[in-house]
Amino acid sequence: MDEPVSRSHFRPEAVSKPREISITLHVNGDRRTLSVAPWTTLLDALRERLQLTGTKKGCDHGQCGACTVLVEGRRVNACLTLAVMKDGAHVTTIEGLATDGALHPLQQAFIDHDAFQCGYCTPGQICSAAGLLAEGKAKTTDEIRELMSGNICRCGAYPNIVAAIEQAMRAMGGK
Amino acid sequence: MINFDYARANDVADAVRQIAADPEAKFIAGGTNLVDLMKYDVARPMRLIDISHLPLKSVEETADGGVRIGALVPNSDLAYHPIIEKRYPLVSSAILAGASQQLRNMASTGGNLMQRTRCFYFYDVATPCNKREPGSGCSAIDGINRINAILGTSEACIATHPSDMCVALAALEAKVHVAGPTGDRTIAFADFHRLPGDTPEVDTNLKANEIITAIELPARGFAKNYSYLKIRDRLSYAFALVSVAAALELDGGHIKEARLALGGVAHKPWRNAEAEASLRGKAATPDAFAQAAEIALRGAKGFSHNAFKIDLARRAIIRTMTQAANSTPQVQSSKKVR
Repeated sequence: MDEPVSRSHFRPEAVSKPREISITLHVNGDRRTLSVAPWTTLLDALRERLQLTGTKKGCDHGQCGACTVLVEGRRVNACLTLAVMKDGAHVTTIEGLATDGALHPLQQAFIDHDAFQCGYCTPGQICSAAGLLAEGKAKTTDEIRELMSGNICRCGAYPNIVAAIEQAMRAMGGK
Repeated sequence: MINFDYARANDVADAVRQIAADPEAKFIAGGTNLVDLMKYDVARPMRLIDISHLPLKSVEETADGGVRIGALVPNSDLAYHPIIEKRYPLVSSAILAGASQQLRNMASTGGNLMQRTRCFYFYDVATPCNKREPGSGCSAIDGINRINAILGTSEACIATHPSDMCVALAALEAKVHVAGPTGDRTIAFADFHRLPGDTPEVDTNLKANEIITAIELPARGFAKNYSYLKIRDRLSYAFALVSVAAALELDGGHIKEARLALGGVAHKPWRNAEAEASLRGKAATPDAFAQAAEIALRGAKGFSHNAFKIDLARRAIIRTMTQAANSTPQVQSSKKVR
């Protein structure tokens, strides 16, 4: 390896003037219009532009699930989603799950079961679980574990996370 | 990630026009692999053409008894589609064995075919990689190659194709419908992905100015006797060390038709016509499956960290074929292999 193979990250010639694109997102029921560069991820738009820092940046490569949000009611990794591609979409983050000051059944269940230690993965875990409940595909403990495998918890709170989801599932009518 | 420009395609013809006009552009649909590769500076498109809004999102039964799947159907919707669950459960099972539900919600059917390898060195721009930088060398051949290929390798590249869904599509002999500047054409699934040879930078036979519009499954779905078994370094949400798609058509205890495709072992889903032919007319026994496995793995070559895959694949073939014969397919949420 005489010659380094890597190239610099930034190519100024690629786009001389970053072209900002105006988009509208319906975030937690609020209509928000903002201008973003094409390479702005939904995660960075939420955290850095809309100051919704509940959604966490973990690996930033779709491997940990900390950035999980709901787009049109479906759970996705916000870190691999380009904001410009979601113009007009409805987005729900952890900040939007409680209604009129009452915790979402999943939030209450995570407290009841002590389903976290450091808490960093928790917003992603809860949003992912909300997506799981809406999908209605998980009926058994094994199925919950498999369909939550996109959310990593390095503290290892998995048994309590599964118990919390099972409680919320019962509370929400076995959906 | 480099700076890039962004445009939406209005329809398929517009998408083809835009990609043909700009060799530095790339299509984006789900983005689950491309955005990741751009963050690692492996993919450096000057412009992204957003095809996610094109009307390629339906699953329809065809006149000759098959099913046509729009290229933009999300992986999760395809896995849970009633027609696919009932008639092509091998496809559902393979999809649900891969990635996470978040990624399956984002990833498109066509994009799944276009995934690039997960070879560590392909992702690490500080190391030589012939797939990323043609002519720079292969770091995997003498490097950490536990996840790399054992079949169809070349001196230039020992990468594997990472998809699970594609292993099922290969077994079922799907067709890939594409559109390009000179019109539409159809590519047999076996001819879609390539072996590395001395041009590992080219993953598929899709041309740079073509777009995948649909995947077509033939009428025969092997819904009675199938199984997809995936073996990996953790029990979920990891790429395959070895995976097996098995499909059988039985007449009593005898095999009328057999399909066998392997994932995680080559630059494309691996099929061997001779191995499948060896099973026709035979009783569905572990001995027959072992014989087919020997043929399927003929010529397999292990490297310093992955020679174990040869025996692992042999055993996985026998196990998966037995599951298919017994109508006890591997359940993806159960981590017990029966």
